[in-house]
Amino acid sequence: MIDRTVWGLFAALLVVLGAGFIAADWAQFLLVLALAKGMVVLGLLVLMRAGLVSFGQGLWYGLGCYAAGMAGNFLGVTDAFLLLALGIAASTTVAFILGFLLSRYREIFFALLNMAFSMILFGVLVKTSVLGSTDGFNVLTPTFLGYAPSEAALGDTVFLLTAVISFVVAVLIHWYLGSTMGFIGEAIRENELRVEYLGVSARRAVHIKLMIAAALSGIGGVLTAIAVGHVDPEMTYWTTSGEFVFVAILSGTGSVAAPFMGSIIFEVLRTYAYEYSPYTWQMLMGAVMLLVIIFLPGGLWSALSRSRKGEGK
Amino acid sequence: MLTTVAILVDGLVYASWLFIVAIGLTLIYGVMKILNVAHGSLYALGAYSAAWIIGIYFQSDLPPYGSFAVLILSAVVIGLIASLVIERGVLRLMYGRDEIVIVLATFAIFLILEDFVKLVWGVDPYFAYQPYGLLGRVRLFGLGFAIYDLALIGVAAVIGLLVWWGLNRTRIGKLLLAVIYDREISVAMGINVNLLFAGTFAVGAVLGALGGALTAPAISVSPGIGVEVIVLAFAVVVIGGLGSVPGVLIGALIVGICRAAAVHLLPEVELFIIYAVMSLVLALRPQGLFGRAAVRKI
Repeated sequence: MIDRTVWGLFAALLVVLGAGFIAADWAQFLLVLALAKGMVVLGLLVLMRAGLVSFGQGLWYGLGCYAAGMAGNFLGVTDAFLLLALGIAASTTVAFILGFLLSRYREIFFALLNMAFSMILFGVLVKTSVLGSTDGFNVLTPTFLGYAPSEAALGDTVFLLTAVISFVVAVLIHWYLGSTMGFIGEAIRENELRVEYLGVSARRAVHIKLMIAAALSGIGGVLTAIAVGHVDPEMTYWTTSGEFVFVAILSGTGSVAAPFMGSIIFEVLRTYAYEYSPYTWQMLMGAVMLLVIIFLPGGLWSALSRSRKGEGK
Repeated sequence: MLTTVAILVDGLVYASWLFIVAIGLTLIYGVMKILNVAHGSLYALGAYSAAWIIGIYFQSDLPPYGSFAVLILSAVVIGLIASLVIERGVLRLMYGRDEIVIVLATFAIFLILEDFVKLVWGVDPYFAYQPYGLLGRVRLFGLGFAIYDLALIGVAAVIGLLVWWGLNRTRIGKLLLAVIYDREISVAMGINVNLLFAGTFAVGAVLGALGGALTAPAISVSPGIGVEVIVLAFAVVVIGGLGSVPGVLIGALIVGICRAAAVHLLPEVELFIIYAVMSLVLALRPQGLFGRAAVRKI
């Protein structure tokens, strides 16, 4: 079970931790956001391996964000681990219920039904004044198993938590994708009918994948809420979901490390694009996306693995 | 009674607007199997160019009613230019790829055009209220309505009839229906599918731009107007059935009336109701009300 990928991920964790603790506060914050969103994209990777693309990951992400925010503000829960558990519970439960419906759909309908559900959540949040409507609300400062870090140490603690969780999650998903249930995803993408002939329920497999993706997005949402300290309905809007799909395409589905790598590249790219050309950063992102779609159908990861294979020869 | 009239008229006006915006989207999907996210940008392009040109028009001494012709002409020109660039420049390279990948490509085009609009027209809002005020208001059943809004119903009807006539009563329409039904067989029968694709995309783009141009006088044209329109149009098209022209009509009416009812009776659910209806329809009839179920391929 401890194969090369796990060691690679562990090495990546050490590199990220080292870089994060040396880096300036803003860069560390950027890294936290990138890793948190990377988990949402990892959820998309699980779905995309099964040939499914969702334009509504903002739904699960937003559920995680709001679960964390509401648990703090209404129940007084500030423990980060408890918040994570609540976030996962919220998004997975909703995914379990909606999954009965969603797992019947494929291709464009799957993407659009997901989007419709996320837009319903958006519509509800925007009109709920208790939750601050379009402004959202602030999230309480988290504690960690009774440890309440000072203002200065908070950033480092959140970063450490996010990095370690990203590593654990990536390893778990790596193992899952290597299992029979994981491989069934690819079989469903190739030919669903034959999967059924082999005696596996494709619907059940998709249902489970949906819940995994939702749980991952929930974790990403909770960590984002903790790191940013604020949640708003924008997190469930279709453009947020579109951004996740964007990063997923940019990264490619070649490895569980790809979403994190893609997400970090995306955040850095966006930060600099926004810094240097505030009015044309979207244009830049769109152009990058078009180039990747046309020239790198397998995402950045495919370019990486291709060049590595080239060295081996 | 008054509320009922208000809901019906507002709903009809809103439905007409939705119809004009969404019919281009469904036409493109029906023929090309491309769910064009950039349709929102075409709407924004149409709105901006119309608002801009009307501003110029009313500074001259030309007869004010000519502004309607200018409005439509600007939409046609900008729609044609944009469609040429998008279809010939980018989408042409994607034919044969997964539907989802093409959706993402149009999403990328959408992002690019969003900033293009800001670059060309800046971030300050444009107002082109003159044509809206020109037609005045009318009282119906004791309620005041802007005639411009009511005229929109007529415009939508004309566009709908033209599209129906074009598809069912002309040679090109028959060819298009053949392509919609089975692309491969059509190619085998000698239909120039690439040419039809370019033409369909142009017509769809012009309709999208026209939707924006016709809306421009009624709103303040500002950045971000395309973002909301596209998801609304998605909802309409999905409810009616992707690629179905009668479906768009029904979808627009359902969404229009639902939203008008929500606005007048229960404003809290205004946004929510549209997507709730969309989810409900998808849950009961995945292919939409008028869609054809796809054959499962082994």
